Amino acid sequence: MITRQHTVAATAAALVVLTACGSSEDAATTSTARSTLTVFAAASLKATFTQLGASFEASHPGVTVTFNFAGSSDLVTQIQQGAPADVFASADTKNMDKATADSLISGAPVPFASNTLEIAVPPGNPAKVATLKDIINPAVKLVICAPEVPCGSAAEKVEAAAGLAFTPVSEESSVTDVLNKVATGQADAGLVYVTDVKGAAGKVEGVTLPESSAAVNTYPIGALAGTKNASLAKDFIALVTGAEGQKVLADAGFAKP
Amino acid sequence: MATRIAQRTRTDGSLPRWVFVPAGLGALFVLLPLAAIGSKVRWGTFWSLITSESSLAALGLSLKTSSAATALCLLLGVPMALVLARTHFPGQRIVRSLLLLPLVLPPVVGGIALLYTFGRRGLLGHTFEVLGLQIAFSTTAVVIAQTFVALPFLVVSLEGTLRSVGQRYEVVAATLGGRPTFVFRRITLPLVLPGLLSGAVLSFARALGEFGATLTFAGSLQGVTRTLPLEIYLQRESDPDAAVALSLVLVVVAVLVVGFAQGRRES
Repeated sequence: MITRQHTVAATAAALVVLTACGSSEDAATTSTARSTLTVFAAASLKATFTQLGASFEASHPGVTVTFNFAGSSDLVTQIQQGAPADVFASADTKNMDKATADSLISGAPVPFASNTLEIAVPPGNPAKVATLKDIINPAVKLVICAPEVPCGSAAEKVEAAAGLAFTPVSEESSVTDVLNKVATGQADAGLVYVTDVKGAAGKVEGVTLPESSAAVNTYPIGALAGTKNASLAKDFIALVTGAEGQKVLADAGFAKP
Repeated sequence: MATRIAQRTRTDGSLPRWVFVPAGLGALFVLLPLAAIGSKVRWGTFWSLITSESSLAALGLSLKTSSAATALCLLLGVPMALVLARTHFPGQRIVRSLLLLPLVLPPVVGGIALLYTFGRRGLLGHTFEVLGLQIAFSTTAVVIAQTFVALPFLVVSLEGTLRSVGQRYEVVAATLGGRPTFVFRRITLPLVLPGLLSGAVLSFARALGEFGATLTFAGSLQGVTRTLPLEIYLQRESDPDAAVALSLVLVVVAVLVVGFAQGRRES
């Protein structure tokens, strides 16, 4: 009994010490950083925005760009809950609209890229998928995104436009999960973005999908209304929408908005 | 619960009063987020949200797969605990540590490990495919993932009970001529029954909450692999109210399960 009480006290004490450590560390980081631009960006922008962030830091000495890459709807929720962001880049207009509806974005968001779906297959294309018709064959294990997430609603539009009925073995909650299921060979085919196939070159192969024009995802970017770094945020948006940003995005497979 | 604490503090005067401050903070730290879920529930639509087709499918699947996983845990875990508690062999400590690994592994790591074992291109995937067993994207995959993470709970709980009840009665029964299986059934099992039950309940609870390994390994399809935690994760994207309502359902189920286990332990 006594030992149990000791353990409780020790754990409680440890917890207090831990919390204390945490807060002092936070204070230290904020005081040493000179200027930090926080960019919330859709997960599909990870590679391109990381590259643009490095370029931005090079042209803006003393500025650190930190990113939060996640699903667009997660990012909107975080911003609505008061997460400290300066710039928000969404993978679809629907989620950006949620932010603008809550007056969280300063001015009108600017579209800067677009993305379409493609069929991803494991290396060697074991199920010999060549067209959209092949993936509705029950022998082909198809994985798509759930309709609740942007890549899933795009898949639904393609499905409707082609007049087919998909029978997926799984509806994942993120495009990364779809890509992983294909890359590991669990699935024979998956519907992901063109840029995902390009980013996972070697791990998956792409099968072009003419029907994908039915679902074009537009990526908008905007500065947060509550930002303390308005001019830096404006500069970053200019970089993304400017020549350099557009080249980096085009190289990754993004189309013009 | 409250009366129990009061009794304990009255009978044990050695507890310094200041302990109650951090202890109370700790309790708040655990309880406040649960209360926050309750406060966010839209009660007007609560019933229709939790009885929607997808919610019921997820709840039904969760209960079904968790029960199957618990049964598997009992089938495999009871012998494992017996071997660990009642025998001595070289390297036993290392074996025990390795077997309990899923307790501390991040579930997503468990999922990746299972993927490369039972997946179509995994170590055993080909064998299963030859046998005509399709594990990928099936309910079986969910049960495998849940069993993997829940098994150590049963083994730890039962092994502890086995050690604490000791071997006296077993030895006596054996000297009286009882065969090992008879001794196990009539002496050991009744003695460790409370530990076995609470271990099974803990395994069930862990299986019910399984998320990472299922998402990585089994996929997500309504009625087949989309258990309640996966449904909550997905609903959060489009319908946060439904996610909150379902979270509350899972909290209530968890409270019932933990309450049952506690009640068992006390009696």
